[in-house]
Amino acid sequence: MQVLLSGLATGSIYALVAIGFTLVWQAAQTVNFAQGEFVMLPAFFVLAGVSFFGLPLWAALLLGLVASIVVLGILFKKLIVEPILPHGGITLIIATMALGILLKESVKEFYSAEAQPFASLVQSAHVDVLGAVLSLQDLVNLAISLTIVVLLTLFLNRTRTGRCMQATAQNPAVAEILGVNVKRMILYTFIINAALAALASFLITPIYLAKFSNGETLGLIAFIAAIVGGFNQIRGALVGGLLIGVLDNLTAAYVTAEYRAALPLVLLIAIILLRPQGIMGTSEGRTV
Amino acid sequence: MYRALLLSLSTALLMTAGAASAQETVKLGMVAELSGAGAPAGTNWRDGIKIAVEEINAEGGILQKKIELTEYDTQTDPQVSRALVQKAIDGGAYVILGTIYSGSTLVNMLVAQQNSVPQFVGSEAPNIVEKGNPFVFRTSSGAQKGVPALTPYFKDTLKAKKVAVAWVNNEFGKGGRNVFIEEMKNAGIEVIADVPSEQAQTDYAADVAKLKQANPDAVFVYMNQEESARFLIEGKKQSLAMPLVGEVTLTEAKVIELAGGAAEGAIAHVGVTATATDVPGIGAFSKKFEETFKRKPTHDAIKGYVGAWTTKYVTELVGEFDGEAFSEKMHGLCLKVADHPKILLDTCWDDRGEMSRPSFMVQVKNGAPVVIGTVPAN
Amino acid sequence: MTLNRSLLTKIAIAVLLLAAIVAPIGQGNYITYVLTSWLVFSIAAMGLNLTLGYAGQISLAQASFMAIGAYTTALLTLAGWHWVLAMPLGLILCFGVGLLLGYPALRVKGHLLAFVTLAFNTLVFLVLRNEEWLTGGTFGLVGMPRPDFFIFKTMKQLHFYYFTLGITVFASLAMWGIVRSPWGRAFKALRENPVRAESLGVDTRRITLLAFAIGSAYGGLAGALITPLVQFIEPGSFGLAHSLRILLMVVVGGSGFFFGPFLGAGVVILLPEVLRFTEGYYLIIYSALVIVMLVFVPSGLIGLGGRLREKLWPRQQVRGDLVEGAAQK
Repeated sequence: MQVLLSGLATGSIYALVAIGFTLVWQAAQTVNFAQGEFVMLPAFFVLAGVSFFGLPLWAALLLGLVASIVVLGILFKKLIVEPILPHGGITLIIATMALGILLKESVKEFYSAEAQPFASLVQSAHVDVLGAVLSLQDLVNLAISLTIVVLLTLFLNRTRTGRCMQATAQNPAVAEILGVNVKRMILYTFIINAALAALASFLITPIYLAKFSNGETLGLIAFIAAIVGGFNQIRGALVGGLLIGVLDNLTAAYVTAEYRAALPLVLLIAIILLRPQGIMGTSEGRTV
Repeated sequence: MYRALLLSLSTALLMTAGAASAQETVKLGMVAELSGAGAPAGTNWRDGIKIAVEEINAEGGILQKKIELTEYDTQTDPQVSRALVQKAIDGGAYVILGTIYSGSTLVNMLVAQQNSVPQFVGSEAPNIVEKGNPFVFRTSSGAQKGVPALTPYFKDTLKAKKVAVAWVNNEFGKGGRNVFIEEMKNAGIEVIADVPSEQAQTDYAADVAKLKQANPDAVFVYMNQEESARFLIEGKKQSLAMPLVGEVTLTEAKVIELAGGAAEGAIAHVGVTATATDVPGIGAFSKKFEETFKRKPTHDAIKGYVGAWTTKYVTELVGEFDGEAFSEKMHGLCLKVADHPKILLDTCWDDRGEMSRPSFMVQVKNGAPVVIGTVPAN
Repeated sequence: MTLNRSLLTKIAIAVLLLAAIVAPIGQGNYITYVLTSWLVFSIAAMGLNLTLGYAGQISLAQASFMAIGAYTTALLTLAGWHWVLAMPLGLILCFGVGLLLGYPALRVKGHLLAFVTLAFNTLVFLVLRNEEWLTGGTFGLVGMPRPDFFIFKTMKQLHFYYFTLGITVFASLAMWGIVRSPWGRAFKALRENPVRAESLGVDTRRITLLAFAIGSAYGGLAGALITPLVQFIEPGSFGLAHSLRILLMVVVGGSGFFFGPFLGAGVVILLPEVLRFTEGYYLIIYSALVIVMLVFVPSGLIGLGGRLREKLWPRQQVRGDLVEGAAQK
């Protein structure tokens, strides 16, 4: 039980990050290999806010959110995605890999190579659930991810802007003809991705500790979660994230701890072989 | 390409110039993990050496020659470290100080051996002194000495009948874990859970749940700093009640800072600790280090410091700068604090380069490590 | 004019080769070591260039193919085999694994090969680390002998450099043959216009798969050279980060250009030496430069050179294309 619930809590974080992946995939048809670093960075914005500007935690968090949206959302889109996308998807993918290195090394050199403690948003109380111990943080994480998925789905399906974004994702050319401001919609997507990354960052760093290399594993797992769940579906990312979180913990506890990291990878390869569109995904129309 | 050629040419010129001025100085090559994952250890190692070099030069140097210390950053990459040890030796280094990560040391010690250059390392993996390399010397006891020092603690103090081991699956963790299992077998203590975890693992829920279920009398925790901290946090969350005992890392200042209250009560055996300020040499060193660098020294800093001072002491015992004679002298050598105060604690090296000296048991109390006992040299 | 150009290319290659022969003479062991690792990574990058530059697929497993080559060679040479016998086995293994891995991944359009190779790289790392009975686990393998060829012994750094240089030249010639063969031209057609290539009867999937498998075998060759060069291998040296590093070499040098990998590997291996004064900032500068380069010159440094040359000595691009097209028919 402990293992299962802890897995769900961890999985919910993977899901948050994976959702960002799916969004960027839909908007720009590219894979953001720096997604893990996108989650690592906001925590350092907050730390910098607290230690250099002496801000209280809430203000620093706000600063972190705004800085993330500006840097990881707007600047990322304007300075990297927009100019490189015309050169082709592969070039952009490689650029995001370079960006990942850039962010990681910058944090290491300008902040610190050592892990840093990070203040938690919620009290460090523990709750007993069916004989398992969960921290309040775990429950909050789970609740927030579920809420985000529901809200995001509602936003995309029920609001005008949301539907315009979906139209853009499905067929930018047609959307443009129908009078959708495609550029703006894509920008929104990147901003939402940045905000989600910042949120995930604030939620996990109290447990994971702030370290420049945090993005490496997290990015990889979120990325696998997105593919496993289905690259073009938000609920797919949620399912993928939770599934990997739980399976990872179950493997470590009952099968083999030495190969626990192999499980998501094997799952990934199996999914690609058997059901390339993912568990929840619908097969995509071919764009040439 | 051309530029690289020019650069290497000028390096070659500098090297000749260096050889000419070798009359006045002696070169030490400090090769350490100044960036990358090993940076925290490497920078402390470097700063400990810096203090030692300053002190030695203030006393007139080694055999009246001032030390010229050159720094090389391995980026915590074994292959780079090998190249840099070669570079340091090409540059005329008399002794190599470093590296700390065992994975790196295992690679680069071959180069020092091929060139007959003595090398002081901060690594603790057992196999380093088992390769028959006569030029490698430890600055702290290897895991195969450190971990057995814990055996009496498990057996007599904790009176444990069944124990568990939680370890990080890299060359550091695996080495310690193997020694521990062997030791427990010899002591007649049963190991009922063997829990490996990944380097940089973030989620320890499954690991701790497994340990809790096995319910041993004590857990031996053998991980790097952040992993230790995350493990302690998760352990507190699931209220893991038995004593958590580690080797060196578990009670380090960084772990306590990261784990906060969760580190309370953790116990570790440490080869040498800056908190042992009762030892006069260590107290003086800690004070000087804090004044110079505005932070507390770690055991890596002390290791570097001891390595540099040993270079001076042993060279002066030999009476000349001769790498082979130096190594010969080191084997089976004991340096006493009474004659060589900066060695900090009475220290001996055996014929393989392994070192032994008294060590300490430390426990975290009120957010700070406190010495709770001394372990004689073994 | 065509004759002049090919003559010029030949002279340029001869000069470069001469420079490569002279470069390490009189240098310390360290510089020779750096030059040797430049050659080794050039081979790995050359293989990836076939996959990325010619076949247009991202592979994130080049480091794990190096691992397969390195471990195969290491285990066999430790068992007393000669390097010359051990190395081909590593290559064949890499080629086979490449086929097995690429076959399902290339079935589906998109970047699936990137994902599969990404997972594969980490899986290889885990196996190397966990199967201690075979691979030495995290402690790695140590003490692999360097090959002797009768009187030519490669134990000395300089000798080993020439040995590696010989292998590199040989590998380059083989690659040159592949790219120039009719079959290699199919790659080019594929890269320039996959739809047209397909409609002309080129079996894109088979070609891409073969490109990936051959590229992987080149990774294996580089690994087979790493083993005697470093004489120590451990799983950590073949992680995902190293695959990324090789990928960036190809991109920086200019993917799809024959000499791109040499330039790219040179930049990545030698740049830290040149930028030593920047200390830890080297990787920041490097990655930032890569991004800037991708924005302005996505074709890499060789592409940059080409652009400059066109600015200085403009040629009639259209006619050149026509001529080449005619020759192809």
